Amino acid sequence: MSEKPEKLIDKKGFRLDGRKPDELRPIKIEVGILSNADGSAYIEQGKNKILAAAFGPKEMHPKHLSLPDRMVLRCRYHMAPFSVQERKSPAPSRREVELSKVIRESLEPSVFVEYYPRTGVDIFIEVLQADGGTRCASITAASLALADAGIPMRDLVVACAAGKVENTVVLDLMDTEDKVGSADVPLAFMPNLNAVTLLQMDGILTPEEFEKAVNLAMEGCKKIYTLQKEALKTKYIAIQQEEEVEE
Amino acid sequence: MSSLITRVRLKQIEQLIEKGKRLDERGLGDYREIKIEQGVIEKAEGSARVLLGKTEVLVGVKVETGTPFPDTPNDGVLTVNAELVPLASPSFEPGPPDENSIELARIVDRGIRESKAIDTEKLVIEAGKKVFVVFVDIYVLNHDGNLIDASALAAVAALRNTKMPNYEVKDGEVKIKQGYTSLPMKDQPITVTLGKINGKLIVDPWLEEEQVMDARISMAINDKGNICAIQKGGMGYFTPQQILEASKIVQEKVAELRKKMDW
Repeated sequence: MSEKPEKLIDKKGFRLDGRKPDELRPIKIEVGILSNADGSAYIEQGKNKILAAAFGPKEMHPKHLSLPDRMVLRCRYHMAPFSVQERKSPAPSRREVELSKVIRESLEPSVFVEYYPRTGVDIFIEVLQADGGTRCASITAASLALADAGIPMRDLVVACAAGKVENTVVLDLMDTEDKVGSADVPLAFMPNLNAVTLLQMDGILTPEEFEKAVNLAMEGCKKIYTLQKEALKTKYIAIQQEEEVEE
Repeated sequence: MSSLITRVRLKQIEQLIEKGKRLDERGLGDYREIKIEQGVIEKAEGSARVLLGKTEVLVGVKVETGTPFPDTPNDGVLTVNAELVPLASPSFEPGPPDENSIELARIVDRGIRESKAIDTEKLVIEAGKKVFVVFVDIYVLNHDGNLIDASALAAVAALRNTKMPNYEVKDGEVKIKQGYTSLPMKDQPITVTLGKINGKLIVDPWLEEEQVMDARISMAINDKGNICAIQKGGMGYFTPQQILEASKIVQEKVAELRKKMDW
């Protein structure tokens, strides 16, 4: 068990890990790192380490789940047993089932599902290490995996949480802030379409604080969006250069 | 959670909503008729049956003794479970809970937990060792849309109706005594769900509207009017403006429901 800190924000306004209230954790994103997947991405956000892979579009298994007019998206969010302080049973928990559903629903609006009727895409997310805000980091990575798989999309989906800690609305909560803080608002966003595709909340916020948290989370999303696009470009620029050398 | 409905019908619902009307003649911001009946199951410590139009949900509360979670030794335990009973809809199948019933249970759970509706500190018999465990079991008996609001309402109504057994501790053993006291409650959260159809927000979508709608958003509001839980669902999206608009509509509806039910 980790100890409960006395103050989540110090007198100077800095958080436990030295961040300002509106500052993101350091983020590292890589695209296309799993050779067997059609698309894949890896994200590190603070101590979060998450892998996402996309397979498809391919024939559905079992076949009767396919739909005549669209592609079916399936998603599994899973946490490794060693990803948290106390070992987590590898069997899917109720939390993981719910998160798999909301992550899928956050990605669906971005995909042109009508382009590939009778097919399916499977998205697998493995949380290797969790430190708060895993559903958001998972969405950011999973959207890149879909893009890397070459699936036509309206926009990338990027996610980030805001929340309330010691009466201050803060961005990108880490584990302790999430557990001890008073509210958490994860939000997924398609910046080019101005569309919020995931919104959850727990804790207590006044309507004014909620509005502030939503706006802060969207600002965070826009910053991560830049990193997301960069990561995608990095992979394909490298491929382009390789091909030029071969020619 | 869908059953079949014809394309013509889908179009009809969409076109009506475009004009600000609905198939069942409600306004876009109207609830269906709500009926609440408490204490319907004598063997349960608390129970309530809620009718939301034709949607029917029964919630039973059982209170038992158990061990607290190691990280919260000074709190009783709340467990919420939902069953989409096969007799409630042709689309429900027997078997272990699917993602829809798990999501439903977790939304209701979050509303009650985050608003601190139950005074869990008063459920401790012996700190770190023995506490009361409150089981809230949601039983969907008829599915005609908006299971979230009906279940959340029924759960809180059942908790308000819950009687805990009196007890005494003798030589470290819990003895149940005669008589009951009410479950200690601190808040009455109310959850309101809005659907989005053709960019318009509608209150309390019923079954056929649920099949047309792009997305839904549910918000739980506590006694003080603060937001304590939110869940967006469905394949579509909301613009940031629609979210703030939804938050305002929800506040109005919650105030209206609170007045109606005198909670």
